[in-house]
Amino acid sequence: MSLAPAGTVPVVAPAPPAAGVVRRRRPARRRAASVGWGVVAALLAAAFAFPVYWMVNTSFLPTNLIIGPELHLWPDEPTLRNYDTAMFRQERSPFVPALGNSLQVTFLVLVAAMVLAFFASLAVTRFRFRGRAAFVLSILVIQMVPGEAMMISVFQMVDSWRLLNTVVALGVVYLAGVLPFTIWTLRGFVNGVPVELEEAAMIDGCSRPRAFWRVTFPLLAPGLVATGVFAFLQAWNEFMMALIIMTRPESMTLPVWLRTFQQATKSTDWGALMAGSVLVAVPVVVFFLVVQGRMTGGLVSGAVKG
Amino acid sequence: MSSTVLRPAPPGAAPPPRATRAFTPARLLPWVLLAPSLAVLVVVTGYPLVRMLWLSVHEYERAQLLGVPAPFVGLDNYVATLTDERFWAVTARSFVFMLVCVVATITVGTLVALLLMRLGRVMRLVLSVALLLAWAMPPLAAMLVWGWIFDTQYGVVNHLLTSVTGESWMGHSWLISPLSFFAVAALVIVWGAIPFVAFTLYAGFTQVPGEVLEAAQLDGAGARRRFLDVQVPYVRTIYVVLIVLSMIWDLKVFTQIFVLQGIGGVTSETSTLGVYIYEMGMAQGHYGAASAIAVVFTVLMLAISAYYVRVTVKEEQL
Repeated sequence: MSLAPAGTVPVVAPAPPAAGVVRRRRPARRRAASVGWGVVAALLAAAFAFPVYWMVNTSFLPTNLIIGPELHLWPDEPTLRNYDTAMFRQERSPFVPALGNSLQVTFLVLVAAMVLAFFASLAVTRFRFRGRAAFVLSILVIQMVPGEAMMISVFQMVDSWRLLNTVVALGVVYLAGVLPFTIWTLRGFVNGVPVELEEAAMIDGCSRPRAFWRVTFPLLAPGLVATGVFAFLQAWNEFMMALIIMTRPESMTLPVWLRTFQQATKSTDWGALMAGSVLVAVPVVVFFLVVQGRMTGGLVSGAVKG
Repeated sequence: MSSTVLRPAPPGAAPPPRATRAFTPARLLPWVLLAPSLAVLVVVTGYPLVRMLWLSVHEYERAQLLGVPAPFVGLDNYVATLTDERFWAVTARSFVFMLVCVVATITVGTLVALLLMRLGRVMRLVLSVALLLAWAMPPLAAMLVWGWIFDTQYGVVNHLLTSVTGESWMGHSWLISPLSFFAVAALVIVWGAIPFVAFTLYAGFTQVPGEVLEAAQLDGAGARRRFLDVQVPYVRTIYVVLIVLSMIWDLKVFTQIFVLQGIGGVTSETSTLGVYIYEMGMAQGHYGAASAIAVVFTVLMLAISAYYVRVTVKEEQL
């Protein structure tokens, strides 16, 4: 089952663009054009960043300015009240346990997905065995099965294990959700590591597992980062399964917690809600910015070489 | 699937992935490596899939959840689903919505990628960071922010429209009418999906050899021809992947629609397939009927991805 892979693997390969062709002639016209494109880019950048800016802006505005006839494009009188409300004044569901649950489940999925996917990708790339092709085909097809379709049977299964509201159950469900993609991705990266390197190590007296560990594993860093990013995003952002499995206030993950701000009976406290959204989004944004630079090729190299 | 035959290593050119013929621990190694993943997938994906099929041919309501045996009803749930107008309305709505989102995402994503190619270093960085911010936003948080932007009372959109048009837009509800509900939903989904598409296509375009483009230019091909005849064919595989993935993601969109409904949409007129299954099953307790819908949904998904799977299988020589 695939759990709505919202942001798959960040792909970055800002190599110098090949459009240099156009640039050699007519410098004056070119300069005018490039200023024009620069303006378009600036407008586009503003459009893409605006919602994020608006979230941060609102989160620092006092309530009386948020709900008022005037638009405040800037936090004139910045306040941390909304953060205080979001984190500590939540009668419905407290922030700290939700943060704890999210951290636990994310860590669990991240580590387990990387280890399991590493093992499995070795099995399907370095060995020929009966059922290999069937397994690879299965994980390709399973990725296409919508998690939404399976929510009822997954819910009933977890319920029958008496594991509703537990981090372990949610973690295992997420793990099954990310494994097909992570195995598939890592498989491509393992294929990129020449077997000869392992064989050389084995001739030098390494055992096969040791050759994997000492030779192949270190060369898989980009693949493992890609795998990790995907697992992290899924576990941190996933909403639907968490909604049905983690229903008790103290077991909620951050996305489910964030939803409790909206109640049918009360008007939404937009300031606190935006503060809560910032708290959920910041770790992802930071994580993205950190790993971004290390990703090269990724999906593209996989897609192009085919 | 037929299994791969064990290859005896021919002398001289040993095939890279090798297998030992004798029954040795080395032959067990792949299974040992595969076992943990296999266990997780069989239990947490395989079993629920079977369970979904089982539920879909039984009458399973709230009472069955409490222990009343579930009677076997054959294909009744399927017949009920396929003759239900609401199911077809939801399906048609989901497909139209998906098509609009995919076309918009791919078109604008392509334009953004081409723009990235033309920009200088500074502006490229500025635009990349903005795209990255949109991309990194968790879908739920993004949805809530957009809900606030389109808020009926104090949303920035109503504020701006009021000051631009001079008429009062305050109090205008964007989510009550299904059409503008989906316009908002599409805007948010496309906004969130463009960065991935744009970055991927940009990375693909940068791999088109400069000489080829130059040659095309010398032959008199304008920017348009170069794009259609050189760049697009070169990244064709990327387009296939992006289109198929976008179709899958947009067809099964759950979080965004669910949250937007919570902010102010009319559920009966705005549900998409994923949300519909949730309503029928989790909310109303018609587990059997909802499972039949889920099976149909899964079949639709597999049909959409069949081409992609086939191409992949062929290329990977599985």
